[in-house]
Amino acid sequence: MKYIDEFRDGEVAARIAARIRAEAQPSRSYNLMEFCGGHTHAIARYGIAGLLPDNVRMIHGPGCPVCVLPIGRIDNAIALALEHRAIVCTYADTMRVPASGGLSLMKAKARGGDIRMIYSAADALAIAQANPGRDVVFFAIGFETTTPPTAIVIRRAQALGLTNFSVFCNHVLTPAAITHILESPEVRDLGVVPLDGFIGPAHVSTVIGSQPYEYFAEEYQRPVVIAGFEPLDVMQAILMLVRQLNTGRAEVENEFTRAVTRDGNPKAKALVAEVFELRRSFEWRGLGEVPYSALRIREGWAAFDAERRYDITTRTVADNKACECGAILRGVKHPVDCKLFGTVCTPENPMGSCMVSSEGACAAHYSYGRFKDIAVRAA
Amino acid sequence: MCLALPARIVELLPASEGIIDIGGVRKRISLELVPDVQPGDYVIVHVGYALQKLDPEEAERTLQLFAEASMDTAETP
Repeated sequence: MKYIDEFRDGEVAARIAARIRAEAQPSRSYNLMEFCGGHTHAIARYGIAGLLPDNVRMIHGPGCPVCVLPIGRIDNAIALALEHRAIVCTYADTMRVPASGGLSLMKAKARGGDIRMIYSAADALAIAQANPGRDVVFFAIGFETTTPPTAIVIRRAQALGLTNFSVFCNHVLTPAAITHILESPEVRDLGVVPLDGFIGPAHVSTVIGSQPYEYFAEEYQRPVVIAGFEPLDVMQAILMLVRQLNTGRAEVENEFTRAVTRDGNPKAKALVAEVFELRRSFEWRGLGEVPYSALRIREGWAAFDAERRYDITTRTVADNKACECGAILRGVKHPVDCKLFGTVCTPENPMGSCMVSSEGACAAHYSYGRFKDIAVRAA
Repeated sequence: MCLALPARIVELLPASEGIIDIGGVRKRISLELVPDVQPGDYVIVHVGYALQKLDPEEAERTLQLFAEASMDTAETP
């Protein structure tokens, strides 16, 4: 397919890898964090880590909205279906995430909850129109990519005069989380985070543009290269980061120019600003409370805010004590450093945030890399 | 979660909607976030909405960058 196949060419990848090996200085190390789960998945699936020299190391960030969604918020969504008897519409990604009491949205559905998987926010609105006698709640999750569609359906619900539709908003913001990783007090407890540079989000940046990362690059003196989700995009971004670090630069560069501009999508940004405002703080699974890292629905749209409508309060649910996701998400530990990895914690039965979706660091390593470092012995 | 695919617009429909083609699969999506698109344009599609128009010249330039990296390698022993 056009704009996909040519960005997955294995021969070109091998040549960019050779370039990275030629330019990475053996005397120093390059610890690079890819923020997005989409990049984590590409690195694991296409074996990119194996093409890099030992001193260029990829650290997997917290950029998977399913992974960082707190268990308490899934408990809230389940309560909307089982206690309030609302139709809960959700993207498929959240269905299997384990919640409290051995439940998940999938299991709540089996218990009679009317929970429906949807492809698009617009589908949730159509379900509300088709069921005027029922309350319909859209369980909205995701980064800046999924937020503009949510804003559109809230506006449309108002224009249509719908009174049975509301949104349970869990939208989170990427730049806040990147800053948090370098600044949080936990980082001091866990040790120094050895992060030299960042691969910036692909599709999030199509909406917000490259500009929001400029403050970050300057303030923290770390280079950021925005890259597409195809394997060659990731390889090229790694080469660009190595070059920046070699020459002592800390700039925002854009590898994904075919879809990302400095200002992003102005119409999408305006819609989001009209409907949403910043939350003072929001819990991220694996990271804890992160200031100004999420959005809530503005007062003017309160009629469509499920949190106000059902008076939702969220309980914090702790992960297993042995879970190392917090350290993994901050780049301090690797999935195999965790005692739970691959034993009690697997993609079928995830204990921590990094195992929850295929884009999480642990799930990606479990699916594509866990046998890579094991010595093969003939019996 | 943030996965999105480049797709070709084949038809514009009323109310800012359109039909896209991804490798032979056709789907109706919203074009509300990308006001200035025409049939034949490629857009990045995510959860039923086009998020951004794809710039074919920039795509060419990026492929050229990959090629240059390869040539540099050929010169390096």
